[in-house]
Amino acid sequence: MKELLLYQFRSEFRKKSIFFSLVLYLVSLVFINYLALGIQNRSLAPAIWSALFWMALLSTLVNAIAKSFVNDRPGTLGYLYSLVSPEEIIIAKIVYGFILCTGISAAGYFFFALWLNNPIQDVPLFFGTLLLTSFGFSSALSLLSAIAAKTNNGSMVMSILSFPIIIGILLMAIKITKNCIDGLDRAASSDELLLLVAINLLGAAFSYLLFPYIWRS
Amino acid sequence: MKSAWWKILAVLLLIYTVVGGLLMEVPRLVILNESIRALYFHVPMWFGMVVMFLLSVIYAIRYLRHHDPLNDRISAGFAHTGLIFGLLGIGTGMIWANYTWGTPWHGDPKQNGSAITTLIYFAYFVLRGSLDNQEQRARLSAVYAIFAFAAMIPLIFIIPRLTSSMHPGSGGNPGFNMYDLDSTMRPVFYPAVTGWILLGVWIASVRIRIQTAEEKILDHEYERNR
Repeated sequence: MKELLLYQFRSEFRKKSIFFSLVLYLVSLVFINYLALGIQNRSLAPAIWSALFWMALLSTLVNAIAKSFVNDRPGTLGYLYSLVSPEEIIIAKIVYGFILCTGISAAGYFFFALWLNNPIQDVPLFFGTLLLTSFGFSSALSLLSAIAAKTNNGSMVMSILSFPIIIGILLMAIKITKNCIDGLDRAASSDELLLLVAINLLGAAFSYLLFPYIWRS
Repeated sequence: MKSAWWKILAVLLLIYTVVGGLLMEVPRLVILNESIRALYFHVPMWFGMVVMFLLSVIYAIRYLRHHDPLNDRISAGFAHTGLIFGLLGIGTGMIWANYTWGTPWHGDPKQNGSAITTLIYFAYFVLRGSLDNQEQRARLSAVYAIFAFAAMIPLIFIIPRLTSSMHPGSGGNPGFNMYDLDSTMRPVFYPAVTGWILLGVWIASVRIRIQTAEEKILDHEYERNR
């Protein structure tokens, strides 16, 4: 199990370009936002800030997780198939995706704070939200990435399949982010946080249950 | 003819719904007025949609357990019909909202949830279209159908209950619970729901039979050309 996770990391960092291309993608998105808005006085309405933030993260994270199965060569997959059970693979992929997503979201927050100011007042809660959404994204998208890898136009299918599924997580995240910016009491976001946790658990459980059926071929 | 009793029942119930729904007495409420009759046509669409998608998921699970292509066709047939119900539900809802809320699309959480649900099932059919291998298509789309249904539950059942909605019955509007208790609407509403669901099952079963027949014709041609 641990070795599987390590294998993920090694194979990803052997191709360093993937990780850095993702970060560069995110940076250019944020920078385009900054230029397009043309804000000199650096003030942005909370709703717009959180919408922009999550839009930029959404497209970057979908790209990031989409790579997790599309890039694996058929030969490698066959080798893995003979060694470990599908349950172990999906858990490794989810954990790896979770760490990757957390890294990217933190980087996204850093660049947003750099160019589009940093309106977040309740930073611990905001980071909690980032962790929860990262887990939600990686658990939901890993399964979809495995599906999309089997089709003949993988990346297109990946984005079509993932957007409707992700919207639930995204809506909750945007709402909590707005509360964080407005500096509301934490009790105001407790419903959304609870729902976010529930969606995460649901997504992870279903990925775990359904993945063996995809893996079989 | 014996097994057709439920089709006859569906036709009778729907005739009753149209006639009774448009002519029978309804409670007078401000703003809603006569548009309250949308309850017989708009609301059953959602009941129908949820039942169709539920059946689709049940057959998707059965496919994953038994690998019978018939289960896959049944699952896809119900998903198709459910999507039609969903689109009709959005359409009728927009007509109704245009008169009661002033605009066809008001950003109501239930409206957004239903739009997302239809997006999910459009994606399901895109996925089916982009896989050539029949066995693989059946398996992957079954997995996606189950996963999508699991994602749909929080959207259409939980989120609208957390946030205030402009739909009658929530957020202090004159609504469902009030006139549901009002027994003048019940005698039409329940038959309407049953009738629309039966019609949906009927449409799906016709579609499944057509697909099965097409498959058989293809098999025959393949055999003959060999």
